[in-house]
Amino acid sequence: MANEAVPLNYIPILLFMAIVVAFAVISLLIGSIARPSHPYPAKLTPYESGSPLFSDARVPFPMRYYIIAMLFVIFDIEFVFLFPWAVGFKQLGLLGLLEMGLFIGILLVGYWYAWKKGALEWE
Amino acid sequence: MAQLLFFYLAGVIVLTAILVVGLRNPIYSVLSLLIMFFHVAGLYVSLHAEFLAAVQIIVYAGAILVLYLFVVMLLNVKREDRYHYQFPIGALLGVAILTEAVVLAIQRGYSEDVVPSPPTSELSFTGNTEAIGESLFTTYLLPFEIASLILLVAMIGAIILAKKDILTR
Repeated sequence: MANEAVPLNYIPILLFMAIVVAFAVISLLIGSIARPSHPYPAKLTPYESGSPLFSDARVPFPMRYYIIAMLFVIFDIEFVFLFPWAVGFKQLGLLGLLEMGLFIGILLVGYWYAWKKGALEWE
Repeated sequence: MAQLLFFYLAGVIVLTAILVVGLRNPIYSVLSLLIMFFHVAGLYVSLHAEFLAAVQIIVYAGAILVLYLFVVMLLNVKREDRYHYQFPIGALLGVAILTEAVVLAIQRGYSEDVVPSPPTSELSFTGNTEAIGESLFTTYLLPFEIASLILLVAMIGAIILAKKDILTR
């Protein structure tokens, strides 16, 4: 680490990011160069397995998706708190286990509530 | 090198933040928000806050952005012009915040170090995440437990808000 602004350990990650971007750009570029391009109106219309279009693809989503996303955010944050606890588990010992038990216990109440109210059900 | 990195990250953050507000297509706004989140994470890494950078990507780029996308799809907005007449209020608030920042910068004075020096001694020995765990579960125990209560409130609030939709299936 020393005095570098960015720890040198991050160079592989930067390399991965560069590869990801380069892969996308290069494959799109090669595709656009190699494929023939003779567009006409009938070819450009969107289609669904050969049958003509019957409605716009952009319909309002049900509220249910939003609930699932919201619950996902909440449990994601719970996981974020879990992570430093897991890393320092040996130093934190029994007390840390109890603290985390209380934390998860409180969130389990919410989970139980969500289950009871049918927020997790899908039909 | 450090300053160059900072200015690259800050520049991209400002640019994509402007694009989030300025673009007419909400999906493009969300995508530029994604780029902004990643660059904020890069900023955290350059400040030696690696845990925060990981959290930024996991929570913001992973979860919050999905939430925003669902909101965009929920409201079914295609090209949103409705919010663009709020420009005067936005400009006023922006000028106020800019003045505040300039005043603060003048009071604090200019310093050569844009990037603060890395943490010394103890911290660099026990790793970032361990140090956070150490202080979170000893010094900041009460805020940590309160955080779980806040999450509980958020969960119940979200379910109650959408209850009508869930109960009347």
